[in-house]
Amino acid sequence: MHYFIGDLGHLFVITSFITAFVTAFAYFKATNATALDLKEYWLQNGKTGFYVHAASVLGICVTLFVIISKHYFEYHYAYNYSDLKLPTYYLISTFWNGQEGSFILWMFWHAVLGIIVIHTNKFWEAPVMTIFALVQAFLGSMILGVVLPGLDIKIGSSPFILLRDAMQGAPIFAAQPDFVPKDGNGLNPLLQNYWMVIHPPTLFLGFATTLVPFSFCLAGLWLRKYKDWVRPALPWALFSGAILGLGILMGGYWAYETLNFGGYWNWDPVENAVYVPWLILIAAIHTMVTYKNSETALKASVILVIAVFVLILYSTFLTRSGVLGDASVHSFTDLGLSGQLLIYLLFFTFVAIALSIYRWKEIPSAEKEASIYSREFWIFIGAITLCLMGFQVLMPTSIPVWNKIITLFGGTSNLAPPAEQITYYSKFQLWFAVAVGMLSGVGQFFWWIKIDKDRLKKELTAPVLIALVLFAIVITLGQVYTFSYIVLTLAGIFTLVMNAKILFSLLKSSPGLSGGAIAHIGIGMMLIGVMFSAGYSKVVSLNNTGMLISKEFSEDFNRDNLLLFVNEPRTMWGYDIEYLGERLEPRYHSGFIRKSDVSETDDRDRVIAKFDIAVNKTAYKAKDTIDIRGENTFYEIQLRKGNRKYTLFPRAQINPDMGGLLVSPDIYRTVSADLYTHVSSVMKPSEDKDWSELEEIKIKLGQEFFANDYVAILQSVDRVFEVDGVQLSDADVAVKARIRVQGEQGEYFAEPIFLIKDKMVGRIPDEVLDLGIRISLLNIHPETNEFSMGINTRQKDWVVIKAMEKPYINVLWIGTLILMAGFGVAMSRRIREFRKMKEKGLE
Amino acid sequence: MKKSHILVLVVIAAAIAIIVSTAGDASTYVGFEEALAMSTSGNKKEIHVVGELKKDENGHIIGIEEGADKVSFSFIMIDDNGKAQKVFYDEPMPSDFTRSEKVVVIGSYENEDFKASKILLKCPSKYQEQKINV
Repeated sequence: MHYFIGDLGHLFVITSFITAFVTAFAYFKATNATALDLKEYWLQNGKTGFYVHAASVLGICVTLFVIISKHYFEYHYAYNYSDLKLPTYYLISTFWNGQEGSFILWMFWHAVLGIIVIHTNKFWEAPVMTIFALVQAFLGSMILGVVLPGLDIKIGSSPFILLRDAMQGAPIFAAQPDFVPKDGNGLNPLLQNYWMVIHPPTLFLGFATTLVPFSFCLAGLWLRKYKDWVRPALPWALFSGAILGLGILMGGYWAYETLNFGGYWNWDPVENAVYVPWLILIAAIHTMVTYKNSETALKASVILVIAVFVLILYSTFLTRSGVLGDASVHSFTDLGLSGQLLIYLLFFTFVAIALSIYRWKEIPSAEKEASIYSREFWIFIGAITLCLMGFQVLMPTSIPVWNKIITLFGGTSNLAPPAEQITYYSKFQLWFAVAVGMLSGVGQFFWWIKIDKDRLKKELTAPVLIALVLFAIVITLGQVYTFSYIVLTLAGIFTLVMNAKILFSLLKSSPGLSGGAIAHIGIGMMLIGVMFSAGYSKVVSLNNTGMLISKEFSEDFNRDNLLLFVNEPRTMWGYDIEYLGERLEPRYHSGFIRKSDVSETDDRDRVIAKFDIAVNKTAYKAKDTIDIRGENTFYEIQLRKGNRKYTLFPRAQINPDMGGLLVSPDIYRTVSADLYTHVSSVMKPSEDKDWSELEEIKIKLGQEFFANDYVAILQSVDRVFEVDGVQLSDADVAVKARIRVQGEQGEYFAEPIFLIKDKMVGRIPDEVLDLGIRISLLNIHPETNEFSMGINTRQKDWVVIKAMEKPYINVLWIGTLILMAGFGVAMSRRIREFRKMKEKGLE
Repeated sequence: MKKSHILVLVVIAAAIAIIVSTAGDASTYVGFEEALAMSTSGNKKEIHVVGELKKDENGHIIGIEEGADKVSFSFIMIDDNGKAQKVFYDEPMPSDFTRSEKVVVIGSYENEDFKASKILLKCPSKYQEQKINV
């Protein structure tokens, strides 16, 4: 038992919690102090407090990671989310697999950001860090794991809890209090994916960065510096927009690669809960930029920046309090934190709203109304559209919350979120996306060109014409005939062309300002990419044989799926497609091993090489034990067209604990479309195979014969002295034959055994899985130098696949990258601006 | 009327439209009996039913059958009113299905069979899990 490390971790948790309060208090005093020496004194205290706090947060991270990586399974966290076989990078994802870990991750980013703020911004340090420290105190309370004496209220859930304390009812601990499990429960196989190593930290960095503009905004209200908070907050808002957007898209990309619903976005409450704040954040960025240029929309900026952070807290509440339990496919475990989360949400909502109401009258606003021909007007309309777009998603996602509130007031409500969530959200969001596309085209245009009615016509004609021509080409070539998709395409192309025009003129004059144009080009491409890849995704694995796969399957299944037998090519999507057999994945090396080449052991994760095998430069000797990922089976499927060859390895996880088959796709990427393939039915490993009647032949050494129409040759027959699973005495004899079978795709070997043990004859046949042959050595005839071989054949191995074409999905991914690049350019511009002001001593 | 006023009115109208459409498109939580009544009266809208898996007196789950294609299955669910119903699902069993303490099925009746298009699970809090593999 390693008690020390857990106690140390717990000490760090408590230290971080207390120092967060101390820091908040000190910075609060520093903000309100008027005497310079007193201010300096409290500032110093606050800074020290935050450094101690940051150090203890780091301490929490290190201790938790040590517990995980050293496999201290006496701790609940290590036992529940990891096991001995996980490689280091998945031990890292174990860290944030539990809710406690993700709170720690969030605190970690806040600590890092806090230190950056302390060092970059002397003027705002005190008020901003007061809010930072308060937020940290609330987050710290989530992992406190302390029971209030007397009240019996538990605050927080500690990641450093021992397994025996977490599972007090388990009988093993009553008998053996010091029991330490040999191995852990392991990480959910679906999460053993490289995206799950980088997606959560990115997303939480996105969450954390929304705190910075929020804190600057509240600090501005607090100090009555209503105008000045925008400049330091803007680069952070841009950074946050980029990182949060990237985090969301990474999650979508993970879903696309790993889950099998055939898309990247499912409109699940969990996804919506981060999508909404991101939209509002983008709206806030727009109003802040407008304010920086023309001193309008300051009040809107205040509202939106506050709304973003409150929505982040709300999304945390939604996803972690268990309130979505009946509404989301993600089954959340309720840690009993819902009360704490609610207080956290309400506290900051209340403080922010109260402060803004209190100061509302003092916030300056523009006297004159914006003209329709002004850029401010159009950007403001754009921001409103984004807000409504978010509102439309927020309303139905919150239905479980409405139900709770109605119940609280004594009513009953049986409202449930829309059943067909993808169709439901898409039908609304599509039109918002059209509006966003159109507005970002027009808005950018107004932004850069001072314009009136006449000028407008002149300037607009050329780009509109180009956009229309491009639009006609895309619609015709892409065969887009659905009205709503046509409009969406138009919006996407319109914003793309308009912004491209702006970009070209800016590149000549001032490339540093081109961030907005670049980002909007990205948005245009994303709209087009989403339209094609989601709207025109189609099933290509159509059953064109005219035969049903099975009468027991549904009509749809028989139509949309393709049955492939090993080594029997079919055609699909203009390719020859051929199934080559089941493959296993070595745990510590790349590549795939043919299942035929190894024999299984009692341990699912270990197999023994039957022969010498070479896979991707790794050579395995016969009898070598190979560590594999036992839960995964891959199905090698080859696509051929002309001289080109491409191999797909869709995966199935046959996992009895999880109740069956979990399939993940493999994706064949071409420039114009992705071919998204997953298995939809597989042979059951446990099922008894239907063997043909035994065929007996007599052959000599080196003689060729046919087995299931494959050419086979008896290479050797040798006496062996060890047979797996059989005890041989001196009087016993065992003989092993080695037969080479020439398959369509390479050679296979079968090694049946003939033995005489205690004067009884025994035969151990050997099976070539991929080819459906079982060969036994039936008898030896020394007088004629012949051997009797028995051959059984069966139906060849098969797999049923479903494949979908996702046209132009690359346009979406490229658009995403361009959007991120746009954010980067805009951010570096604002940072330059901020530095300049700082050098002038204005910050 | 000033432009800003028009704008405010438009935004309010849009917000109300969104709220109304949310209420209109929302599904409902009902029992199997009501769902069957809705279905026979021609309302094929998908609904949510909350319930538990059928268990024998020893607490073992009974009534789960694997479909012919191995990637579909059916099970018996008892809704909150106590009515048992066989539910068909065209996908493999979700992870943790048998451990769930509460099941939500989203779908509709096809004649006498309930076809689920989605299954949501409520799993026991991890601190309640008392089984440990020694």
